[in-house]
Amino acid sequence: MTWLRQNLFSGWGNTALTFIALWLIWGIVVPVLDWAIFSAVFSGSNRDACLGADKGACWPFIYANWDQFIYGRYPEAERWRVNLVFFLGAAGLVPLLTPRVPAKLWNVIFLLVAYPVIAVILLVGGRPGLPQVDTSYWGGLLVTLVVAVTGIVVSLPLGVLLALGRRSAMPVIRMLCIIFIEVWRGVPLVTVLFMASVMLPMFLPEGVNFDNLLRCLIGVALFSSAYMAEVVRGGLQSMPKGQEEAARALGLSYPHTMLFIILPQALRHVIPGIVNTFIGLFKDTTLVLIVGIFDLLGQVRSQLSDPNWSAPQTAVTGYVFAAAMFWIFCFGMSRYSTFMERRLNAGQQH
Amino acid sequence: MWPFDRALLNWSNPALRAVIYQALALIAVITLFAYFISTAHQNLQRLHITTGFDFLGNTAGFGIIQTLVPYTEESSYGRAFLVGLVNTLVVAGVGIFFATLLGFIIGIARLSTNWLIATLATIYVETLRNTPVLLQLFFWYFAILRPLPTPAQSLEPLPGVFLNNRGIVMPLPILQPSALVFFGALALALVFAYGLHRWALARRLATGQDFPSWAVGVAAILLLPGLVWIIWGAPLHLAFAEQGNFDLKGGLRLLPEFVALTLGLSLYTAAFIAEIVRAGILSVSKGQSEAAYALGLKPGQTLRFVVIPQSMRLIIPPLTSQLLNLTKNSSLAVAIGYPDLVAVFAGTVLNQTGQAIEVITITMAVYLVLSLVTSALMNIYNARAALRER
Amino acid sequence: MSSTTPLAATEPGRPVIEMVHVHKWFGSFEVLRDVDLTVRQGERIVIAGPSGSGKSTLIRCINRLEKHDSGTIKVDGIELTDNLKRIDEVRREVGMVFQQFNLFPHMTILENCMLAPIWVRKMSEADARATAMNYLERVRIPEQAMKYPGQLSGGQQQRVAIARALCMNPKIMLFDEPTSALDPEMIKEVLDVMVGLADDGMTMIVVTHEMGFARQVADRVVFMDRGDIVESADPETFFNNPQNERTRTFLAQILQH
Repeated sequence: MTWLRQNLFSGWGNTALTFIALWLIWGIVVPVLDWAIFSAVFSGSNRDACLGADKGACWPFIYANWDQFIYGRYPEAERWRVNLVFFLGAAGLVPLLTPRVPAKLWNVIFLLVAYPVIAVILLVGGRPGLPQVDTSYWGGLLVTLVVAVTGIVVSLPLGVLLALGRRSAMPVIRMLCIIFIEVWRGVPLVTVLFMASVMLPMFLPEGVNFDNLLRCLIGVALFSSAYMAEVVRGGLQSMPKGQEEAARALGLSYPHTMLFIILPQALRHVIPGIVNTFIGLFKDTTLVLIVGIFDLLGQVRSQLSDPNWSAPQTAVTGYVFAAAMFWIFCFGMSRYSTFMERRLNAGQQH
Repeated sequence: MWPFDRALLNWSNPALRAVIYQALALIAVITLFAYFISTAHQNLQRLHITTGFDFLGNTAGFGIIQTLVPYTEESSYGRAFLVGLVNTLVVAGVGIFFATLLGFIIGIARLSTNWLIATLATIYVETLRNTPVLLQLFFWYFAILRPLPTPAQSLEPLPGVFLNNRGIVMPLPILQPSALVFFGALALALVFAYGLHRWALARRLATGQDFPSWAVGVAAILLLPGLVWIIWGAPLHLAFAEQGNFDLKGGLRLLPEFVALTLGLSLYTAAFIAEIVRAGILSVSKGQSEAAYALGLKPGQTLRFVVIPQSMRLIIPPLTSQLLNLTKNSSLAVAIGYPDLVAVFAGTVLNQTGQAIEVITITMAVYLVLSLVTSALMNIYNARAALRER
Repeated sequence: MSSTTPLAATEPGRPVIEMVHVHKWFGSFEVLRDVDLTVRQGERIVIAGPSGSGKSTLIRCINRLEKHDSGTIKVDGIELTDNLKRIDEVRREVGMVFQQFNLFPHMTILENCMLAPIWVRKMSEADARATAMNYLERVRIPEQAMKYPGQLSGGQQQRVAIARALCMNPKIMLFDEPTSALDPEMIKEVLDVMVGLADDGMTMIVVTHEMGFARQVADRVVFMDRGDIVESADPETFFNNPQNERTRTFLAQILQH
C-alpha cells in the first residue's frame, strides 16, 4: 500500500500522471491483449477460421507458413543443410559471447574465416552430395541471417582497416578513408541497395553476372563497414597514448603493435558499440525486400497475398509475428550489450 | 654526382615508405576507377543507353499522387525531381518536429518517479527500438490505414476530421479578411512579450527586483489577438468536407502514404531520441544538483541553470544524428508508395530512362550534401560548446 | 552516546544546530542510530570515523540533502520537515563544501559564485560580482575569476567551492571530506583557507581525516562508528586520553603515519 502511495499517488501531479497512465493502459493495452489472446483464433486450416468482424489475431496463418518464414522456398529435402549452418553458427557464437571461455582468438578466426566458407558451401551446394540451391529459393529468416551475418563478418575487419587508415599519418590514405566513410554514412541504405542492384551491373564486364543476393551483400557490407569504422575509431581514440608508445619503445613494428596490443583493447572497449551496430544491421536487412530479395519480412508479405488466408486480421497478425521475431533477436542482443558494458566498466575500476 | 643523400633511398626510411605506400594506394584507386569507367562506357554503348544529364529536360509522362509544386504529366524529369525532393523535405520537416517533441516527452517520462509512467515509457522505447522501421511503416500503412473504411463510411473521431482508406480529411482553414490584422497583432504581441522578457531580465540583474514578465507576456499574447478577433471577426474559416458521390469533397486531405510514413518515422525516431534525452539528463552527476540545492537554488532554477545546459551539450550531437537518420529513412517511402525523392527519381524516372548511373548519383548526392552540411554544423557547435579544460 | 558538554575555551553562543534522537535507515541498514548532537554558534566541530560510519549522512541531513527518518533536527531554530519553504530557508543559511568540489563546469569561476546570490538572495549583478570577488580574494585566487573549473587544479577548485558557499553569507559551513579527493601537495592550501575561516569565527562542521587540522582548530572532536556517536571531547582529551575502546582502536589505525 505504501509503495502505491509513494510511487503513484505522492502528489497532485503524480496522481494526475497515474490517471493518464491508467487511461493509456485502458485504451491501448487492453485492446491489444484482446486482439492477441482473447478474441484470437488458434486453430484452423484456411481463411474460414479467421473470417468474422469479431475475430482477433489469425495465428493459424503463422503455423501454416512457419517453414516458409524460416527457410523461404529452400527445398524441403535440403533443409538439413540450413539447420546445420544455424547450429554451427550458434556453436561458434555462444563460446565467443561467454566471457569466461578461453581461446577467443581461435573462436574469432573460426567465425570470421572458416564458418563463412563452410556456410556458403553448405547453403549453395553445387558439389557432389550437395545439390545446388539457387539463391532465389532462399528466403525468410535464413536470408535475414545470411545478410546480417555477412554484413558483420565483412564489416568488422574492413571497419578496423578503415579506422586505422583514418587515423593514419599518411595524408593520402587518411583522405581516401575519410571519403569512403563519409560517403557511405551520408546516404540512405535504400540508395546503396539500388546502386548495387541496378548500377553495379553497368560497371562489370559483359557476361559477368552477379547473383542478386550477392550484389545486395556487397552493398550491405560496404555500408556497414563505414559505420563499424566509426565505432572502432571511437575505441582507438579512447586508448591512452602510452600504450602505443610503450609498444614502440619495446621495438614492436606497426602491424604487431596494432594486432597484439592496441586492437584487442580498443575492440573490447567498444563491444557495446559493435553490438549496437549489429542490431542496426539486423533491422536494416529488411530493406532488401525493396530490391526483390525475400528476407523474413519480405516472406511474410509474400505469404499475405495468398488468397487462401485472406481475412481481415491476417495482415496485422503477420506483421506482429515478424515484429516479435525481430524484437526477440534485437532485444536479446541489446541485453547482451548492457551485460558486457557492465562487465567492462567493472573491470576498469582500479 | 647526385646532389641528394644516398641514405634517404633506403627502404628502412619511414618517410620513403610512407610516400611509396601512398603512391601505390593512389595508383590502385585510380586504376580501379579507370577500369570501372571504361567498362561502364562499353556497357552503356552496348545497351544503347544515353549518357549525360540532358534527360532532365525530357517530358516525364507520369503522374504523381502528391505534388506540392506545380506539376503535370507534361512536366520535365527535372520538375519531377523537384516534386520528389519537396515531398522528402516535407516528411522530414514534419517528422523532425513530432519526433523531437515526442522524444523529449518520453525521455523525461522514463525518468519520472511515477512507476506507471516510467514503465509505459520504457515499454514504448524498447518495443519501437527493437523492430525494423520498415516493418513499422508496413504496419501503419497496410495494417492500419489501408483497411480503413471507404469514404462513404468514414470514421469521424473528431467533428470534421474523417478517416478513410483514401486518407485523412480535415477542415481546410481559409484565410478571412481579418487574418492580416489578427496575425499582425499576434506577431506584435510575441515581439512585445520577448522584449518584455529581456527587459525584465536585465532589470533583475541590475537591481535584483522581480517582474512578472511571463504573466504579462502571456496575457498580451492572449488579449491583443483576442481583441482583434472580437472586433473584426475570426481570422480563419474552417471549410468542412462534405460527402460527394464517391468521395469527400473539399477540406484538407492527407494521403495515407504520407500519414503512414510521417507517423511511422516520428514514432520510431522518438524512441531513439527518448534514450538520448534520458542519457543526457542522467549524465549530469548528482553532485551538480546537490551543490545547487545546497546553495539554496530551487529545483526549477537548478534545472534551468545547472542541469539542462550541461545535458544539452550531450544531447544535441546525437539528437542531430537521429534527425538526419529520420531524413534518410524517409527514403523507405518507396516501399509504401509515397512519392519521395527516391521513389520518384530513383524509381520511376530511372525505370523510364534507364540512365541508372546519373539518376542514382544525383539521388545519393542530395543526401550526401544534406549529411555533410549537418556534420559541418555539428562540428562548429561541438567546438563552441566544448567545456574548456586545461 | 551523545555529549552536549561545551568544552570550547571561548564562550560559545546559542545552539544553531540541534539534532535529537535522529535515526536514519537505508532500506534495512540503520545508518544513523539515535544521534544527538548540539552545535553552538562559533563552534568548530570535527567529525571523524571509519568509512560507513554515517558521518557524511549526518551532515547531509543538516541541509536536507538526506532525509532523516525519525527524531528532530533544528537549524537556527527552524525545524527540518517536508515543508519546502523551511528547507529553502535552512539551505540559504547553511553552506556546504563537497569532496568532489561539484563546481558547475559550464560557468566561469565568477559565474559559479554569482549564481546563487543573484537568484536566491535576489542581489543585483553588480553586488553579486563585488561579493564574489571579495571572497575569491579571501581564498586567494581572484586572478582565476574568468577561467573555467576544468582549467584549475583540484586545490584551486576546492577553494573556489569554499568561496562559492561563502558568497551566500551562511551562518554555518559544512565540509564533507573536503581534502580527500586532493593530491597531497594541494591539501595545505585548502586547510589554510579553512583555518582562516575558523579564526574569523565561522561555525563549522568538518568531516575529515586530517587530524592535524582537528588538533589545531577544533573545539570538539566527535568520533562516529557504525551510526553511533561514540565519543565527543575537546582535542586535548580526544587524542591524548580517549575514553572509549573503539576510539582508541580508530586512533591507533589512523595515526600510524
